[in-house]
Amino acid sequence: MATGSDMPLLLLAMLAKVGVVLLVLLTTIAYAVWLERKVVARIQSRWGPYLVGPHGLLQPVADALKIFFKEDIVPTEVDRVVYCLAPFLAFSLALLSISVIPFGESVTIGGATIHFQITDLNVGLLFVFAVTSLGVYGVALAGWSSNSKYSLLGGLRSSAQMISYELSLGLGVVGVVMLAGSLSLREIVERQSGLWNVFVQPVGFLIYFTAAVAETNRIPFDLPEGESELVGGFHTEYSSFKFAMFFMAEYANIVTVSCLATLLFFGGWLGPVFGPSLLRALLPVFWFSLKVFCFLFLYIWIRGTLPRFRYDQLMACGWKFLLPLGLLNVLVTSLVLAWRST
Amino acid sequence: MVPLAHILALSVILFGLGAAGFVFRRNILTIFMCIELMLNAVNLAFIGFSRYLGNLDGQIVVFFVIVVAAAEAAVGLAIIIAVYRNRGSLSIDDFDSMKL
Amino acid sequence: MAPLFYIFAVLAILAALSVVLQRTPVYSALSLIVVLCSLAVVYLLLGAEFLAVIQVIIYAGAIMVLFVLVIMLLNARQETPSDRSRLAGWLGAPLLLVFLGELLFAVWERFPTATTRAAPLPDAGPRAVGALLFRSYVLPFEVTSILILVAVLGAVVLAKKRL
Repeated sequence: MATGSDMPLLLLAMLAKVGVVLLVLLTTIAYAVWLERKVVARIQSRWGPYLVGPHGLLQPVADALKIFFKEDIVPTEVDRVVYCLAPFLAFSLALLSISVIPFGESVTIGGATIHFQITDLNVGLLFVFAVTSLGVYGVALAGWSSNSKYSLLGGLRSSAQMISYELSLGLGVVGVVMLAGSLSLREIVERQSGLWNVFVQPVGFLIYFTAAVAETNRIPFDLPEGESELVGGFHTEYSSFKFAMFFMAEYANIVTVSCLATLLFFGGWLGPVFGPSLLRALLPVFWFSLKVFCFLFLYIWIRGTLPRFRYDQLMACGWKFLLPLGLLNVLVTSLVLAWRST
Repeated sequence: MVPLAHILALSVILFGLGAAGFVFRRNILTIFMCIELMLNAVNLAFIGFSRYLGNLDGQIVVFFVIVVAAAEAAVGLAIIIAVYRNRGSLSIDDFDSMKL
Repeated sequence: MAPLFYIFAVLAILAALSVVLQRTPVYSALSLIVVLCSLAVVYLLLGAEFLAVIQVIIYAGAIMVLFVLVIMLLNARQETPSDRSRLAGWLGAPLLLVFLGELLFAVWERFPTATTRAAPLPDAGPRAVGALLFRSYVLPFEVTSILILVAVLGAVVLAKKRL
C-alpha cells in the first residue's frame, strides 16, 4: 500500500496511464475497422477504401464525422431508459476490462517504478471474465428495449450464445492457471519465460480462441447479427452515435480478447530484448503490440474466409463439443501436474 | 476499519427491504427478486463476520449460498414459467386458489 | 477505505429501494444488478477478493441474466396495485418497521463499536479459499454438484412445452 506522501504522485501516474491506454485503445479500435475493411477487401479481390488519404488511412476519421452528423432516431415505442442505457453499458464494460491488461515490463524513471499496467489485481483474470459476463446485458437489454421482432430475436440469440461460450472460455484457461499457479495476468506471463503456454496447452488455446470468437459475436458465430438473417440483430433499431457505441464495443472486445490470448498463451511481452535502458523498456511493449496485431489479423482473416454457422450448430458446438473438450483438457492437465509433482 | 455494527446494520436494512418487497409486491418475479435481495443481505453478514473473526469459513458459507441461490433461481423461474403457461397471469392474487 | 464503504452502502440501499418500489420488473432487475455489484465492492473492501469477483461473475453475470431473460420471455408488464396489496401494506408496514427496529437494536447492543475488535485480515485469495474448500468442505462441495445437476434437470423438465 502507498504511504500518504506519495499518494498524489501515484494518483497522477495512474490517471496518466488511464488516459494513455484509453487513447491507444480508441485509436486501435478505429484502425481495426480500417484494417478489417482493407483485409476483407483484399481477400475478396477488391481494393477496399483508398480514396480518403493514402491507402484510405483517413477513412476512420471520415466515418467518425459521418456518424456524428447523422440524425439520432429513437423509435416511439421503445423503453427509453433501457434503450439509451444499453449502448453506454456495452461500451463502458468493453473499455473496463483493459484496466488489468499488462503491456510490458516495468520501467524506472527517477526514483519511481512505473508498471505498464493500470492495476495488477491478484484475481486479474477473473476480473476480465466478470466484465465479460456483465457484457451480456448490453446485448440483451438492447434487443428487448427496441420493441422490434428482429431486435428481440437477435438479442435473445446473442445473449444465449454469449452465456454458453463463457463456460468454454473459462475452461480453456483453467489449464493455464494451473500451470502458472496464479490468477494474476502479470504472473502468468512471467511463468512463460521458459516456454510459451501454447506449446504446453494447445487444446486449451484452441478452445479459448474458438470461444472468444463466439463471445465477441464474430463470423463464423455471428448469426445473431448477420445482415441476411436478422437485418441487424440487436442493434437494428439503433442509429448514429448509439450504433457507433455498439460497433466500438464489439471491436474493443476483440482487442481485449486478443490481448488476453497473447498474455495467456503466447508469452505476452516476452521476446528478444537488447540495447540501452529506454529501448529495453519499450521493446516488450512492441512485442506485445505485434502479437496482438497478429491476433487481430487472424480474426479478420477468419471473418473473410469462413461462412457462418447455423444457430443450432453454433449452440451444439458450444455445449456438446467445446465444453466436454475443455473438461477433458482440465482433467489431463491436472493429472500430468499431479504425476509430475510426486 | 469499518465497525462491525455498521456492516450488520447495512445487512439488516437490505434484509428488511427484501422482506418488505416480498410481502407487499404482487408480481411473482419482483417477489423472487426480493428473495435474492434477502439472500444477499445474509451473505454480507457472513462476510462481515468472517472479516471480524479472521476466519475464512464465513466466505465458504457465502460460496455455498451463491451456488444454492443459482440452483434455486433456475428451478424457481422454471416453475414461474410453467405457472404462467397454466394461469396466464403473473400476479400472485391470481395464484391463491388451491383448486387445480 | 472507510468512506468508500459508506458510499457503496448508500448506493446499495438506494438500489434496493428501487428494486422494491419500481412498477416495471425490468427496472427492478436492473436495480438488483446494481445492488449485487455494490455489494461485490463492499466484499472487496472487507478483504474477500475472490468472493467479490465470484459474486459478479455468478450472481450478477449469470443468475440475473436468467432473471432478465425470463422477464423478457414472459413479457412482464407494469404491476397494478390491488385491494389485497393495499390491505397488506396498511397492516404489515408498522409490523415490518418494528421487526427492523428490533434487529438493528440487537445488532447495535451486541457489537458495540467501541469494544468490538477485528482479528487480523486473513489472506482470502483464490488459493486460500480453494484450499479450505477442497480440504475441510469437500463433502458439501460434492453434494452441491449433485444439487446443481438436479436443479438443471428440474428446470428443463418444468419449462418444457411438451414433455
